[in-house]
Amino acid sequence: MLTERHVGRPRSRVDGPLKVTGRAKYAADYATNGLLHAVVVTAPIAKGRIARMDTARAEAVPGVLRVFTHENRPRTAWFDRSWQDQVGPPGSPFRPLYDDRVHFALQPAALVVAEEFEVARHAAGLVGMECEAETPETDLKRAMTEAYVPPKRRSGIAPPPKPRGDEAKAFAAAPVRLREQYGIATEFHNAMEPHATTVIWKDGELIIHDKTQGAQNSQDWVCSIFGLAKSKVRVVSPFVGGAFGSGLRPGPQLFLAVMAALSLERSVKLVLHRDHHFGLMHRPETFVTVGLGATPEGKLCSVQVEAVAATSRFEDHQEVVVNWPGLLYDVENAAFDYRLAQLDTHTPSDMRAPGAPLGMFAAESALDELAAKIGICPMELRLLNHADEDRNDGKNFTSKELRAAYQVAADRFGWRHRSPEPRSMREGQELIGWGMATGVWEAQTVKMSASILLRADGTAEVRCGTADIGTGTYTILSQIAAEELGLPLPAVNTLLNDSAYPAAQVEGGSWTAASAGTAVQLCARSLKEKLLKAARGITNSPLASATMEEVRFTGGRIVLARDPSHAVTLAACFRELGEEKIEVEETATPGLLSKMRYSSYAHAAVFAEVRVDEELGQVRVTRVVNAVAAGRILNPKTARSQILGGVVFGIGQALHEEGIPDHALGRWMNHNMAEYHLPVNADVPAVEVIFVEERDALTSPIGVKGLGEIGIVGTAAAIANAIHHATGKRLRGLPMTLDKVLPR
Amino acid sequence: MTPFAFDRAGDLPAALRAGGAPGARFLAGGTNLVDLMKYGVEAPRRLVDLGPLDGLRRVEETPDGGLRIGALVTNADCAAHPLVMERAPLLASAILHGATPQLRNMATTGGNLLQRTRCYYFYDTATACNKRAPGTGCPAREGVNRIHAILGHSEHCIATHPSDMCVALAALEAVVEVEGPGGARRIPMADFHRLPDDAPERDTTLAHGEVITAVAIPPDRFGSHHTYLKLRDRLSYAFALVSVAVGVGMEGTAIREARIALGGVAHKPWRREEAEAAMRGLAPEAAGERAAAILLEGARGFSHNAFKIELARRAIGRAVRQAASGTPQHHANKVIL
Ligand SMILES: Cc1cc2nc3c(=O)[nH]c(=O)nc-3n(C[C@H](O)[C@H](O)[C@H](O)COP(=O)(O)OP(=O)(O)OC[C@H]3O[C@@H](n4cnc5c(N)ncnc54)[C@H](O)[C@@H]3O)c2cc1C
Ligand code: SF4
Repeated sequence: MLTERHVGRPRSRVDGPLKVTGRAKYAADYATNGLLHAVVVTAPIAKGRIARMDTARAEAVPGVLRVFTHENRPRTAWFDRSWQDQVGPPGSPFRPLYDDRVHFALQPAALVVAEEFEVARHAAGLVGMECEAETPETDLKRAMTEAYVPPKRRSGIAPPPKPRGDEAKAFAAAPVRLREQYGIATEFHNAMEPHATTVIWKDGELIIHDKTQGAQNSQDWVCSIFGLAKSKVRVVSPFVGGAFGSGLRPGPQLFLAVMAALSLERSVKLVLHRDHHFGLMHRPETFVTVGLGATPEGKLCSVQVEAVAATSRFEDHQEVVVNWPGLLYDVENAAFDYRLAQLDTHTPSDMRAPGAPLGMFAAESALDELAAKIGICPMELRLLNHADEDRNDGKNFTSKELRAAYQVAADRFGWRHRSPEPRSMREGQELIGWGMATGVWEAQTVKMSASILLRADGTAEVRCGTADIGTGTYTILSQIAAEELGLPLPAVNTLLNDSAYPAAQVEGGSWTAASAGTAVQLCARSLKEKLLKAARGITNSPLASATMEEVRFTGGRIVLARDPSHAVTLAACFRELGEEKIEVEETATPGLLSKMRYSSYAHAAVFAEVRVDEELGQVRVTRVVNAVAAGRILNPKTARSQILGGVVFGIGQALHEEGIPDHALGRWMNHNMAEYHLPVNADVPAVEVIFVEERDALTSPIGVKGLGEIGIVGTAAAIANAIHHATGKRLRGLPMTLDKVLPR
Repeated sequence: MTPFAFDRAGDLPAALRAGGAPGARFLAGGTNLVDLMKYGVEAPRRLVDLGPLDGLRRVEETPDGGLRIGALVTNADCAAHPLVMERAPLLASAILHGATPQLRNMATTGGNLLQRTRCYYFYDTATACNKRAPGTGCPAREGVNRIHAILGHSEHCIATHPSDMCVALAALEAVVEVEGPGGARRIPMADFHRLPDDAPERDTTLAHGEVITAVAIPPDRFGSHHTYLKLRDRLSYAFALVSVAVGVGMEGTAIREARIALGGVAHKPWRREEAEAAMRGLAPEAAGERAAAILLEGARGFSHNAFKIELARRAIGRAVRQAASGTPQHHANKVIL
């Protein structure tokens, strides 16, 4: 019988067939008899109050059951505390239909519930609102003058590092100096699946299908707001059609759908309109100023990073923006400052690698500017300043194969053929530019539990409360369980994102593979202990004195490694135990000791080629090579997809994505997918992903660092640097649209 | 979305009768109208589906060697039709530079002519807009106007016509064939779309209840000396910031005859016969400069779109060179020739 090796092998997604055949059900795909449909009505202003609500015409439409507004909504919890969730920032969370105040454009202001979707939608158009508008502020440039250091830190977000040395003095004394401001536009997650909730109501008990990155987070939130016992609320969301962070915090659709279901004692479905997403979660517009002091040879003397990021008036959303260059580069004198400025918008939310692509676009652009100023190769500059230890925190790295990543990516890219002068490479009417940048993301682990149920017939079920938002979690957890237990991959069925499953944190921060993967490995190991014990106990057992180190689990049997003729089948173990199945649950907890002593980050080296039409400013990204060092790669196929997706995200950030505000109206004007541009196939070139060998025994027991976010970090900077190399034009504001690139 | 009555037209006279009723609108591919209905921008009381009128789904040769393209021919079928590829490759190219294959499979010749602006405010019923709600104002003037007009705008509206197809039709001097309660009419492209002046709610000179039956295209005069050049915010699936359709007749290295129209810059495809006349006898480089100078005469941008003036100037030069050298820009080739 074949040994089943799975981990580290390229494996297609185990949930792939379900997805491509349409059998995977997403939040809005559930139905039940008598399901009601809800449609949100948004406020027509960005700031002020709703003076009068006219719902009579809507309510008069046959088939409409209720129009909920702030005037008639059922009573729910109103303390901030009750509205908090696992990952929300400090502040007072937005409560839909709470009162007559309008805090941001496209704020939900009423909910129409009807027997049919079309009826609800029609009636929604008949809801009238008279508003008293106040002047909104959505211009970060203006609001920046009142930026402040957030008084309360957001938990789980590393604060700006303490200053070291004397940055101001070192900068003043530095022979080469540079200080520039960089800006990144507001971006929206725009996952394929819209935010949706289907609440199945049955005798006061709720089964909720919600678009969420954490079923238990949604369950806790609903129970806390509506004062329900956990036993009455189950959240089941096995499939999530992308989220990129927009499903970390429970969304208004969850509150509204549950509110309607409880009041009407019926099942209710609510799918947010694509446009309404543009009123809600977003990556905050951020300005980052970077000051670099260096020797004429390129050794950094000082680094200063200051950022001002947008937040709402009611919560202090915070991200790790300024820390990165002080961590990546070896510099004596460093100062960091991170401030927020309030706008009349919804609170921003984490979006793929929150903070990092912003700070790193600025820092890696500044380094490129410095390299050009000094006349040194941009990669040389980075190698020269490479940090072998984390000077922000005074710790060692668990592992850091960034040097190798630079090298292998540069080789694949052909970097040594780059002619250093801007505008020195061309083909036809296009200028060719080559740029590079570094990527970095913290390798976090969180507490997660999982269970494995193993049956006598050699099939197993893995359960964990966390989600697979399209990243491949189903596949890697199945791989880990199958490998450990010596089963074929199809024998393992992984089940996720159900509040009834073992407790887990939301899927985010690139921590899921390391954390849930470790929990699954612990489960498998504990099962193996039980099974081996049983095997030893069998009368005349061929493994009577075998230890765990001496045996292998393979092909549904336990075999003695040195003499495979000594074996016991799993079925025999089960007979010995007198059980049909056994189930174990284990919890993986982050290694506190290792956390205190070590820093752990995933790194990337991104190289990009652009071709810019010299006359018309049209930019084409024609090649990207991204070499990633992120510990052990569980599945090169799904891992590669993560990096590809990250690079595409980075291309969008570099060239396309931008919420365009009308500051007079306080409204994003391009709030639909026709006018909010994401990269399309024509914009995405061949992307080469390389995984650099990196052994890391300290981040997680399974050697994994996580991959969901590193792919985006550095990509926009590499493209900006390539555009500079092509055109000689330094663009410090994203996205770099044609009008900005167009030569004067 | 407001409830509406739905008719499937049995034949053209029936369609005309039904479509003439107040509040009635014709439905073709629905790719624009249905969106606008969902947004509450349009709320027809009655939709008259032209779908069954198979007679409008033909591409045919006219006796003079030109083409007649039925109003219901989809953009996809039109661009792939052998006669169109042979006799009006500029039209095929412009169509293929627009939207996506999925949209082109639904979008029709008639609907494309009548598609409405992509101005953000026009689509957003929470804002003012003279085109959608006459008299309410034009927030785009002071607001987000990066995609707006630089030519022919008025104090009441600065929107652009978003079509690619129509830019080619303008350069080809096509004629829109119309049937209405008052009989048949032929409207030259130059007179079909309007400038906004003080009535931006009216995009075209088509009267209520009139049906577009076909677009007639004169015989090909340019051979391979044409191009459609489109500049946009991503390399596919975005409306034009600026586009140029050119056809030229060459005599040696000089331009004998030219037709040129701009897209993305005005409330209608922008064409000036003076510009075309001025190109005659000139080498491509000089012809492009002259054409640009005349076409962009009086161009004025707003806070975010002034770049279009320079972009248009260069795009004209480039497109004229492409056309003169007989190397049309292929829609799938993202390298600008
Ligand atoms: C996301 C998106 C991107 C797009 N990108 C582009 C692009 O890049 N370039 C581009 O050129 N276009 C683009 N389009 C627009 C597309 O080309 C138009 O929506 C399409 O051509 C409209 O044709 P239709 O048949 O669907 O018209 P419909 O939506 O059916 O009708 C549009 C209007 O025409 C009227 N009408 C239709 N046929 C007739 C007729 N025979 N007689 C009288 N009235 C009629 C209708 O009453 C309606 O008012 C895009 C559209 C979308 C949604
Ligand atoms: S430009 Fe025209 S369409 Fe746009 S807001 Fe002004 S009036 Fe309306």
